[in-house]
Amino acid sequence: MSTRLFGQRVPRSEDPRLVTGNGRYLDDLGHDALAAAFVRSPHAHARIGDVDVSDAVDVEGLVAVYTYEDLVSDQAEHGSRMAEALPLLIPHPTLTHGRTPYPLANGEVNHVGEAVVMVVAVDRYVAEDAAGRIHVDFEPLPAVVGIERARDGGRLVHEDVPGNVAAVMVQQTGDADAAVDAAPHSLELELEIERSASMPMEGKGVLARWDADDQSLLVHTSTQTSTSVRQAVAAKLALPVDRVEVVTPDVGGGFGVKIMHPWPEEVLVPWAARRLGRAVKWTEDRREHFVSSAHERGQLHRVRVGYDDEGRLLGLSVRFWHDHGAYIPYGLIVPIITSTQLLGPYKPGVYRVEFTSLYTNTVIVTPYRGAGRPQGCFVMERVMDAIAAERGIDRTVVRERNFIRPEEMPYDHHLVFQDGRALRYDSGDFPASLEKLRKLVGWDDFAAFREQARAEGRLVGIGLACYVEGTGVGPYEGGHVRVESDGTVVVSTGLTSQGQGHQTMLAQIVADELGVPFDRVRVTTGDTRRFKYAVGTFASRTAVMSGSAVAMTARRVREKAMRIAADALEASPEDLEIVDGQVRVKGTSPSGANVSIDLGTVAVLSNPLRYAFDDAARRATQFASPADPARAPISPGDAPGLEGTEYYSPTQSTFANGMHAVVVETDPDTCEIKILRYCVVHDCGTIVNPMILEGQIHGGVAQGVGGALYERMEYADDGQLLNASFMDFLMPYSTEVPTVEIDHLETPSPLNPLGVKGAGEAGVIPGSAAIASAIEDAEGFPIRRMPISPSELFHLRQEHQS
Amino acid sequence: MKPSPFTYHRPHSADEAVELLRAYGDSAKVLAGGQSLVPLMSMRLAAPEHLVDINRVEALQSVEVGEDEVRVGAAVRHSRLERDEEVYGAVPLLRQGLVNVAHPAIRNRGTTVGSLVHADPAAEMAAVLLLLDGVVELRSATDSREVAAADFFLGPMQSATGPGELAVAARFGRPPPGSGSAFVELSRRQGDYAMCGVGALVTTGQESEITSAKVALVGVGDGPALVDVTSAAAGPGGAFREPQLAELLASQIAPESDIHASAEYRRHLALVLTRRALGQAHERAAA
Repeated sequence: MSTRLFGQRVPRSEDPRLVTGNGRYLDDLGHDALAAAFVRSPHAHARIGDVDVSDAVDVEGLVAVYTYEDLVSDQAEHGSRMAEALPLLIPHPTLTHGRTPYPLANGEVNHVGEAVVMVVAVDRYVAEDAAGRIHVDFEPLPAVVGIERARDGGRLVHEDVPGNVAAVMVQQTGDADAAVDAAPHSLELELEIERSASMPMEGKGVLARWDADDQSLLVHTSTQTSTSVRQAVAAKLALPVDRVEVVTPDVGGGFGVKIMHPWPEEVLVPWAARRLGRAVKWTEDRREHFVSSAHERGQLHRVRVGYDDEGRLLGLSVRFWHDHGAYIPYGLIVPIITSTQLLGPYKPGVYRVEFTSLYTNTVIVTPYRGAGRPQGCFVMERVMDAIAAERGIDRTVVRERNFIRPEEMPYDHHLVFQDGRALRYDSGDFPASLEKLRKLVGWDDFAAFREQARAEGRLVGIGLACYVEGTGVGPYEGGHVRVESDGTVVVSTGLTSQGQGHQTMLAQIVADELGVPFDRVRVTTGDTRRFKYAVGTFASRTAVMSGSAVAMTARRVREKAMRIAADALEASPEDLEIVDGQVRVKGTSPSGANVSIDLGTVAVLSNPLRYAFDDAARRATQFASPADPARAPISPGDAPGLEGTEYYSPTQSTFANGMHAVVVETDPDTCEIKILRYCVVHDCGTIVNPMILEGQIHGGVAQGVGGALYERMEYADDGQLLNASFMDFLMPYSTEVPTVEIDHLETPSPLNPLGVKGAGEAGVIPGSAAIASAIEDAEGFPIRRMPISPSELFHLRQEHQS
Repeated sequence: MKPSPFTYHRPHSADEAVELLRAYGDSAKVLAGGQSLVPLMSMRLAAPEHLVDINRVEALQSVEVGEDEVRVGAAVRHSRLERDEEVYGAVPLLRQGLVNVAHPAIRNRGTTVGSLVHADPAAEMAAVLLLLDGVVELRSATDSREVAAADFFLGPMQSATGPGELAVAARFGRPPPGSGSAFVELSRRQGDYAMCGVGALVTTGQESEITSAKVALVGVGDGPALVDVTSAAAGPGGAFREPQLAELLASQIAPESDIHASAEYRRHLALVLTRRALGQAHERAAA
């Protein structure tokens, strides 16, 4: 038997191509295409008056200029849906005041960066020249910026949305406030997290080609969901779905922002391509990405918690305000996740959570890696530290006492998760994970180190944070596996890939299931020409969903291969095995004549042929071997070809977990904050590829560090984003990211055939919580807002000295 | 993020370059390393109609280490100056400042003279020029002149270089024997513009007493601030009297709050980093 690949550090088969510059990203395609550029609003809130394009029409190379009026006339003349607001993708009963933007602004703009005019020209330079000559009359309106201003409701983002409130949602397991009131001890905390953003290195981009002969549209877009973009584009352009195909090329990072769809540009570019009968491309630039994509994380939380002498939670009541920006096309996913995943590995006693989702005149909010969990984790872990401090108990002990025990699994919180299904943890061993973390970071020895450092005039601190992450949400994913006549195994799945290593991970699974060498497996993702039904890549779901789907499919294909090979070898299928792509009778040598047959030949035999177009085909033609005249070449219920399609659809999410510990040093003079150590214990069930998993954790930790110490969207009161560039929006460089020390625990999920749980987002979740905990330990005063800069630490020190 | 149309000129001599600058006046910009200008053009915050690329002008490529000064041509890249051992031997402060300028990739393209002319208030090399009694050589089609560092930086993004003028070189004075120097700064991330940066030059006498101590600060005002702190020196040990140091700095710096740091924090940093820079410089002077 060849070595099992599942669980091995198989090097990523994507990398040789990507690291040698041979990736093909959106902007690498369509050099013959026309280019689009947009006139975007310079105001956070304004009515739109006249749009004067007279200066622009002389620009040589200009092809077209479109405003909202053109969408209206198109809708009237061609029956498209372009003049309607973009879809509210995830409706929810509590989302009573959902508002979404139009592809081009309809009379009003609600954030700086909102697209007002679309310009198409021979290239992007000319398109920008023309865009610069278009004059839009704006009548500025007062801007609503920040949670405080939105909450007071004195100014409105949308006139028909009172109090700027899109939704108020409550979940509770009982009277939490009464439980807090009755508890022997209680605390109240106000906790705040600021905005950051996914900020992939490659921004968005769309290329559309209209084939007039075929009356069909081929769209390439840098998305996390090609299948749904396909449906959305067809609906907006009023095209039959089968006339639209969407292909995802290499994607230079997504981190959530590209699961949002259809972006205005994602419908406008195909629409313009069809109108003009020419290929049209738009590649988002960095400034556009800052002001017209999506942000996340901005939330203000008020917590009341009641607990006993031992620090055990009796009641937890959380109220929070979520700033979702100018529109809410992605619905309430982020705050719903915060309100449920805040609980982490703990039993909260009686729990109540209420959130209010507020409009502001800022860029929209959609999930960014972690998707509401970093905020929730920050809240819960700050509460744990506050209880530990108040009770004088070690921070790990307080956590341990509140953990859900392994014997209590599966554990039902009796709340509804983001997918509308039960918040029920499938497995996990939190005390074991914590024990591993304590050992990894040397928790028990730290007090001595802290004292010794203090004696040298140094300030050091340790912190930790624990989280549970619902991963692998449904509704489903599918896989298709086909064995070609040369023995190549072609795998496709509908969800997309943006650098995670899906090609490698899925090939490992299929190679094991089918018994073929890894390098014979080819994986395609995110191409609707290959696979039509899929959901997308988000919520740490690929290994769980597509991993399970391709495993199930490969098993089915294997069954068929065994059946055909058994016929050919005149053996019973139960006596056969597949080794290195050879089907053979168990226990014989792979090369033995008449006792083995390679999978490619099985594929040939699976497809009865009339024409011998090559040597392999000759074996499957009608005169190649005596046939049973009573039997049809294809039996009823069977199909030609060695292939299959299966779908995996779980009843609920699977819940991964992890714990991070951080050691920081803060400079007593300059207030610099340095991370000395960063330790991770991670449990995502069984591990397909530890190297890919560790890469995911490293990247997540980098973003966690960014969110804790560097990144924030600096909005002025008038709604201008002051740091819309990589010079002033501070993503950590490699010089700012610490070495990450990792240990794993594997508690398999009982929910899927592989026992896996998702891992894509995990690394980012506890960053702010753990780093705040460590800074608090070093400084001796509470940290209630993140991110924190040296300048802010300086002012906090001053406050606490006086 | 595509620049608006411009005409590109590539002169091969300084004469040709200044002639182009004369011809196109305000509508021309000099392109050296392009590390500031090109992003500004891409964001359409600058839209010169003519770019005069001086990278092929042989005469602007030289670094000359003289008896009294180091002369750096306008097309000399930061990284070349940073790595030049003869330069380091003559004026260690050049390398000490340069390693703080952005990242290696930017230093590989960006030029030292270009950085001086750009006059960003946080630019390290402006402080270095001030500390070393430097001079910038300017040439136009009709005239040549030299501007002392103290007169060169007029305000944020504003130098004394006039329309039609090309900064052909900068000269950095060699510090006297018994000198030591240092450059310390604090930025949000490694390579970012500093929230505060301090260059220091300390000269000691035969009894290792401090005969001169100067610092130049960046990031804490409209331009680099040169402060003579000799009077705050407290005896031969290299210590400085803190209240006096603070007082000397306070009158010369005017930090403002921005998204990266408050004015108050910057003022605090100015003192902390000045103390650190003087300490290192004195140690080197005494060595």
